[in-house]
Amino acid sequence: MNANLLLQYGFFFAVLFLLAWPLGLYMARIYRGDLPAFVAWLRPLENFCYRLAGVRHGDDMGWRRYAGAVLAFSLLGVLAVYALQRLQLWLPFNPQAMANTTPDLAFNTAVSFVTNTNWQAYGGETTMSYLTQMLGLAVQNFLSAATGMAVVVALMRGFQRKEAGGIGNFWIDLVRSTLYVLLPLSLILALALVGQGVVQSVAPYASVPLTQAVDYEQPKVGADGQPVLDAAGKPVLEAATAREQTLALGPAASQIAIKHLGTNGGGFFNANSSHPYENPTPVSNLLQMLAIVLIPAALCFTFGRWVGDLRQGLAILAAMTAILVALLAVEVWAEQAGNPLFERLGLATQGSELMAGGNMEGKEARFGISATSLFVTVTTAVSCGAVNAMHDSLTPLGGLVPMWLMQLGEVVFGGVGSGLYGMLVFAIVGVFVAGLMIGRTPEYLGKKIEAYEMKMAAVAILATPLAVLLGTALSLMLEAGAAGVFNPGAHGFSEVLYAFSSAANNNGSAFAGLGANTPYYNTALGLAMLFGRFTIIAAVLAIAGSLAAKKRIPPSAGTLPTHTPLFVVLLIGTVIVVGALTFLPSLALGPVVEHLQMVGVR
Amino acid sequence: MKTTSQSLYDRALLQEAAWESVKRLSPRYQVKNPVMFVVWLGSLLTTGLWLQALAGEGEAPAGFILAITLWLWFTVLFANFAEAVAEGRGKAQAAALKGLKKTVWAKKLREAHAGAPFHTVPSEDLRKGDVVLVQAGDVIPGDGEVVEGVASVDESAITGESAPVIRESGGDFSAVTGGTRVLSDWLVVKITVNPGETFLDRMIGMVEGARRQKTPNEIALTILLVALTLTFLLATATLLPFSIYSVGVAGSGSPVTVTVLVALLVCLIPTTIGGLLSAIGVAGMGRMMEKNVIATSGKAVEAAGDVDVLLLDKTGTITLGNRQAAAFAPAAGVSEKELAEAALLASLADETPEGRSIVTLAKERLHQRGRDIHADGASFVHFTAQTRMSGIDWQGRSIRKGAADAVKAHILALGGEWSAAVQQAVDDIARRGATPLAVAESSAGAARVLGVVELKDIVKGGIKERFAELRRMGIKTVMITGDNSLTAAAIAAEAGVDDFLAEATPEAKLKLIRQHQQDGRLVAMTGDGTNDAPALAQADVAVAMNSGTQAAKEAGNMVDLDSNPTKLIEIVETGKQMLMTRGALTTFSIANDVAKYFAIIPAAFAATYPALGVLNVMGLATPASAILSAVIFNALVIVALIPLALKGVAYRPQGAAAILRRNLLVYGVGGLVVPFAGIKAIDLMLVGLHLA
Repeated sequence: MNANLLLQYGFFFAVLFLLAWPLGLYMARIYRGDLPAFVAWLRPLENFCYRLAGVRHGDDMGWRRYAGAVLAFSLLGVLAVYALQRLQLWLPFNPQAMANTTPDLAFNTAVSFVTNTNWQAYGGETTMSYLTQMLGLAVQNFLSAATGMAVVVALMRGFQRKEAGGIGNFWIDLVRSTLYVLLPLSLILALALVGQGVVQSVAPYASVPLTQAVDYEQPKVGADGQPVLDAAGKPVLEAATAREQTLALGPAASQIAIKHLGTNGGGFFNANSSHPYENPTPVSNLLQMLAIVLIPAALCFTFGRWVGDLRQGLAILAAMTAILVALLAVEVWAEQAGNPLFERLGLATQGSELMAGGNMEGKEARFGISATSLFVTVTTAVSCGAVNAMHDSLTPLGGLVPMWLMQLGEVVFGGVGSGLYGMLVFAIVGVFVAGLMIGRTPEYLGKKIEAYEMKMAAVAILATPLAVLLGTALSLMLEAGAAGVFNPGAHGFSEVLYAFSSAANNNGSAFAGLGANTPYYNTALGLAMLFGRFTIIAAVLAIAGSLAAKKRIPPSAGTLPTHTPLFVVLLIGTVIVVGALTFLPSLALGPVVEHLQMVGVR
Repeated sequence: MKTTSQSLYDRALLQEAAWESVKRLSPRYQVKNPVMFVVWLGSLLTTGLWLQALAGEGEAPAGFILAITLWLWFTVLFANFAEAVAEGRGKAQAAALKGLKKTVWAKKLREAHAGAPFHTVPSEDLRKGDVVLVQAGDVIPGDGEVVEGVASVDESAITGESAPVIRESGGDFSAVTGGTRVLSDWLVVKITVNPGETFLDRMIGMVEGARRQKTPNEIALTILLVALTLTFLLATATLLPFSIYSVGVAGSGSPVTVTVLVALLVCLIPTTIGGLLSAIGVAGMGRMMEKNVIATSGKAVEAAGDVDVLLLDKTGTITLGNRQAAAFAPAAGVSEKELAEAALLASLADETPEGRSIVTLAKERLHQRGRDIHADGASFVHFTAQTRMSGIDWQGRSIRKGAADAVKAHILALGGEWSAAVQQAVDDIARRGATPLAVAESSAGAARVLGVVELKDIVKGGIKERFAELRRMGIKTVMITGDNSLTAAAIAAEAGVDDFLAEATPEAKLKLIRQHQQDGRLVAMTGDGTNDAPALAQADVAVAMNSGTQAAKEAGNMVDLDSNPTKLIEIVETGKQMLMTRGALTTFSIANDVAKYFAIIPAAFAATYPALGVLNVMGLATPASAILSAVIFNALVIVALIPLALKGVAYRPQGAAAILRRNLLVYGVGGLVVPFAGIKAIDLMLVGLHLA
């Protein structure tokens, strides 16, 4: 640990909390309809939306209706994005004449963006038209994020209300999230990013001559579009010479802003935030990392304000931060330690006066180990999935950290809305066991936690391990699944495990090295995303409805305080224990064994 | 009845439980407990694998599979055993109660009055509505209501309290319980229940666990345990394809066997709490029994732990049921000394606490402390239910003391005068919440009232500390009294209760309970009178005194055989203990899994990935011994924790955070550490015995 590292990380967290605090309190007002003066002028626009959609103020939805609205709205989103991709060749704003995508890819991508996963089985600049990017993907970047925020607001109402029948109105929560939070913040961030050099253009791709022609070999492609294989089954190579370079352009800055703020993570370009046009400078890198955690952190403040005790939100925030910092330390340690096998080959990889050292494979030199490690940890702790380095190239333990952060259920900050509601489910489980231990029917924030809440919490917590473990097991057993594994061995196992962890938990980042754009993986991962997202949402809304209907018990000396360090420890313990007990065996067979082999344990 | 606590390891009880635990291996029984049912299925599966191995086609050596299989069956048996022991203890308590049910001969009356002719019938033949005569020395043949007469009744068989109680027709003391004995006078009792439905019968049925239903928290906990079980089922089941894949790519070893996976699964799922869960519930009701409290349902016991507000009757709970003499108020023309002397004489033979307190006070006022007072040749007049006065006839004087209205009637009957000043003194004392006791003298045909003795409430010793304890537990205490608010406030302050309800009517009580419940609080109360019944029915935890009326007992969800209202505090503690025991064992069970992973994962994959051997931090001898040690530990820990499940986790009245910190440390951290030591010890033993 050197001073520079601590300074960078300290600065990051300081700025984060300084921004999240006022934003959280602002959101607490927004969702109550109590608009501060500087956004009050938008109210007519908000009301116009309601008039347009026939939404009435004060139309309070029960949890089933609320969940129905979420599902219907999301289904509509999936259909729209699917249609856009399948028809993009004949639609405007397609200067590169991108072909219509295959049905399985269109399904996977539509589901991916609607579930706030943004798993990308495609390369943006070689697959999607500008219209698909802007009207399909960018729009879903906003709406899927707003959906998550609406759901957590509904859950907060569950805690806040007393003997109430409803948990709010989905359409109103959706519009407010978009109009007052996501849009203004994206606008500010997009401008800042443009200032740093992120491209924003609808012009065709630019072509520039190379100063020096490059000769290379490439696989020969047959008439069917598949590589031609020789008798030994190896691809036939043909010589080629590159004289000019195509520079992919597009309306990137506007999409990237919401990609981070909405914890979407779907890159405009295939290389995501390691692409110099998407993330050109250390400053843009810092802005993007901050944007990833900003709203999830701010929602903790919103929560605290809504339940009438800011400390309740701070306790959740503390638990999230503690897990993040601990795993960040592991990440940066693993990456800085590098790969000892290189040392044995006589290659210096250790840091010294002259070089930073560490594992630089797959990383951008302009970010280095520390900024990359922070990005890796943040983007997987938060269910964002944007990457500024190739996760497949991380050291085994460096890869274990992001994988496990996702497997914890994306509750360490997590996706906008989804992270907090996921964490509150863990809080309910933790409080249940703790409540029994103090000899009372467990209660959280004055709400009794009974069989129904436990049932729904169990459903929410079981959903993603089910999808991850079954999906991985199935893929390894099926021909179609095993075929996509390019690196058979413990690492190949990690790649499949990572893919399903990412999809089911709606993160979207990928260990590359897995041929995932196949009908099998597109379908399987798509289903995992749907299952992970909506099972939890339904369970959370059921909890919200049940809590809202309950009385609120005034706290006494016999009540378990839920704003203390003890509770923070309890919450961390619950998250870690559930995550560890579920995934320890599979992690042992993947990254752990890979690490042990790397360091030479026999 | 008083000695219901028994040794945890009564020999006969354990033998019975051992046999019972084998009988409970039937699937119909096992399916009720999802966690243990998974173990049961796993045992069946490995038994099949063992038979297959015997046939020579085993996935692993038959001896190894057999060892695992046996210990898996032991795991199921141990859980059955825990439950059977808990239930056996309950049955033993019930048997003690059954001893009270002896056939007695009842004098069945033809008509419902004392003078009517009767014939004797066995008590089993009595039906609801029959009327019987019970005279001094008779045992009351069944539960009923007194319709005529006043008598003192020995209820020690039920309550353990040796002092006899007065039972009379009408009012709050009209209920009698079968099996108790009339000591003096006679009663005409109308039987209110049929044979087999008496209070005792229902109590016995309850304790025998025949109708035990899962409590709400037990259901919620079961859901959590099922979720954990499913999680581990998922984690272990997917290990098979993972292992097949890993063997394929590593090119060494062989896939993990189903036996090992079943062993891993059983070790991971929360068998410790799963196996002990119902034993904890049964034992919770049993512990109430030991305190001489019959809970009508486990739900009531559990709710007791949640209580936020305690409503306590002032008299008998907060203050001594017996008031004590505090002052003399002489009538006009009578000196205090004169009054004190008369009161002293009248109370000489009065052995009630009130009477003795008058003697003490009088001696103090007369400066005769410690000196024996003799009244030779006196004849004492004892208290009767009819006269409501007692006193002495001595040297031509006849002194009487008693309730003001009784003495007033006595004086007026003798032609004496009841002055307005005396009435004023009586009223003043009554208004202060104290009891006025008039003293009168008659000699040579002239009767006069000497004055009034003030009997005051005395707050029970140590009660203030109990209330402070309750406050630390987060429970608010409310004193209920018929006194006016001035008196109530004074006593409330002295006793240290948080709040009081003065001039309480049944309606006011009911309203207070509803108001607290509306705010989301759980309310507990005690009561004995018929007019308490609505409030008892409304309260979440309602403890009826056994001495109370049938209506009160029906309305409550617990009955205190000792009729000790302070018992409510212990009831709350027992309820909390039951929940704490469940929580602590759940934590312990889950924390155990960490060590089990470290034992089994390296063992299961030793052949495929030898590098994983570094995870064998316990240094277990061989893969087989490691897996077996974990399974054996998992089974034995259930047995080891049976005493804790039955006795309950120690409860100390502390704030919630302090209790949680302590239990997390003991059962959470303890649960992490203990299995490392335990599994290692078992492994060493297996190696030492050359079993692995």
